[in-house]
Formats: sequence, structure tokens, C-alpha cells
Amino acid sequence: MDIKQNYFEFYGLPEAYDLDLGQLADRHLELQKQLHPDRFAHLSDQERRLSAQYTAYLNEGYATLRSPLLRAQYLLKQRGIDTHNESSASIDPMFLMQQMELRERVEEAPSHADPDSELAALDQEVVAAMSEQQAAFRRAIGGTSEAELEAAAAAVRKMQFLDKLSREIERLEDELY
Amino acid sequence: MAYSEQVIDHYENPRNVGKMDAGDATVGTGMVGAPACGDVMRLQIKVGENGVIEDAKFKTYGCGSAIASSSLVTEWVKGMTLDQAADLKNTQIADELALPPVKIHCSVLAEDAIKAAIEDYRKKQGQ
Repeated sequence: MDIKQNYFEFYGLPEAYDLDLGQLADRHLELQKQLHPDRFAHLSDQERRLSAQYTAYLNEGYATLRSPLLRAQYLLKQRGIDTHNESSASIDPMFLMQQMELRERVEEAPSHADPDSELAALDQEVVAAMSEQQAAFRRAIGGTSEAELEAAAAAVRKMQFLDKLSREIERLEDELY
Repeated sequence: MAYSEQVIDHYENPRNVGKMDAGDATVGTGMVGAPACGDVMRLQIKVGENGVIEDAKFKTYGCGSAIASSSLVTEWVKGMTLDQAADLKNTQIADELALPPVKIHCSVLAEDAIKAAIEDYRKKQGQ
């Protein structure tokens, strides 16, 4: 184990968007056991600090690899593109138009005749749009050209909007019940 | 983080929230988004025959600073010529609203939105 390794290497998993989540969970348990503080109790302060660092890295890695959005962001970052912290990027205007319409529908959902079904319908749309972008990302990130990398980044940016939308839907669903 | 009084004022009483007919040839629509935070902003202008902006509307889904930035821009551009409006800088918006550094990107978004609206109008007019 080495925290200079990227998360995929750290977990001993192939660096790809498609990931066996069961295998990830198994590896996580194994590594957790290896890093358990009890096993380091008799060691020096320095070694115990190191173990705490490894555990933090392990947990960050798990959270990142488990989430389809964070995993995509991470793979892009490995290729030099940070879509999470960039301040501006041009987004397909048609996509923005759809986002605006969906946001308006979400905003109006509580006053809809049947808010539950409206929110459920919106949620389904967002889930479908998210899978579409994930598929686009999966195709593009496998490539090596500049254009493919840019297509992968465009897909992740769209996922970031959809993620915001889905959290907004969840928030409203929580408020309704 | 505390919002400035100016931001709170625009956030609580946003000016010119609404929608114009995007198909109208005298209306320019700017649609922009900030992927990092998922904010989306629509800013529209209605331009008179003399090339002066008669009316402006916006709708923003985002944080208080993004709402305030777009609200302020709709207030400012009314009565301006297209060239004057195209000259608006995000720093003017950020100064007026006393935006902290982490929220500067909200004023950039509003500047991008008015520029996109002007571009859309000019394209429609074949300019």
C-alpha cells in the first residue's frame, strides 16, 4: 500500500469507469482490516500516524470510487481535467435549456395537483439523463484523442448539473413527507 | 459566510424575474450555466427599434450571489444601448454587490449571460 498510488492502484482494481462495486466493497473490507488501529497499537507514534493517514486515504478512495459522478471526475482529473473546480466552461445551450425547464418543473412541483407523481416523474427523467451521460463518458474516457477527452469532460459537466437537480428533487421529497 | 446587504436585498426582492417569448425577434435570450455548482441562469432582453434595451428579465437557479448578480444586471441594462450593455464587466457587478472572492464566478456568470443574450439578439437580427 502506498498513498502515492492513485485510488484504483491503491485498491488493486483496473483503472476504468466500469467497476465491480461488489469487488470494491470486498477490497475495502480487506484493506480496512489490514489498517485496523489495533494492529498498530504496539507500534511507534510515527507508524500509527501513518496508519491513520492510510485509513483516511482509504476512506476517501472508497467514497470516490463508489460514486459514479465522483469516479468520473476522478478519472478525468487523472487525465489533467478538473471539472469540479473550474469556474467556467461552455455548455451545450440545448442542454442548458432542458435544465432550465426541468428546474422550473421541480420548483413548481409542490403546487402540482399530484406532487408525488410529478416528483417521481422528474426523478425518472433525471436518472435517464444521468445514465445517458454516463454511457457517453464511458465511451469517451476509453479513447486517447484530445476530442474524446473533451467529450468525456463535457459528459461529466452535464452529470454535475444533473446531480444538483437530483439533490433538489430529493430535498423537495423530504419536505413533502 | 455572510452575504452583503446588497446581495440579501436582491435575493429577497429580486428585480425583473420572469420570462419573455424567446421566439420574438426583438428578444435576445442568454442561457448560461456553471457546471461546478450546477447553477443555471437565463437572462433575456427586449430591444427597441433604436437599439436600446427596453426591458430585461431573468430566472436563476443558484445561490444568493448568482441570483443577485443576474437581478442587478437586468436593472442596469434597461435603457442601455447594446454596446453599452456588452461593455458591462463582472468586476462592476462584484464591486456593487461586495461579492467575496469565492463568489466572483457568480458575477462572471451574469456577465456571460448578458453577452449571450446580446449575441442571440444580434444573430436574430442578422447583424
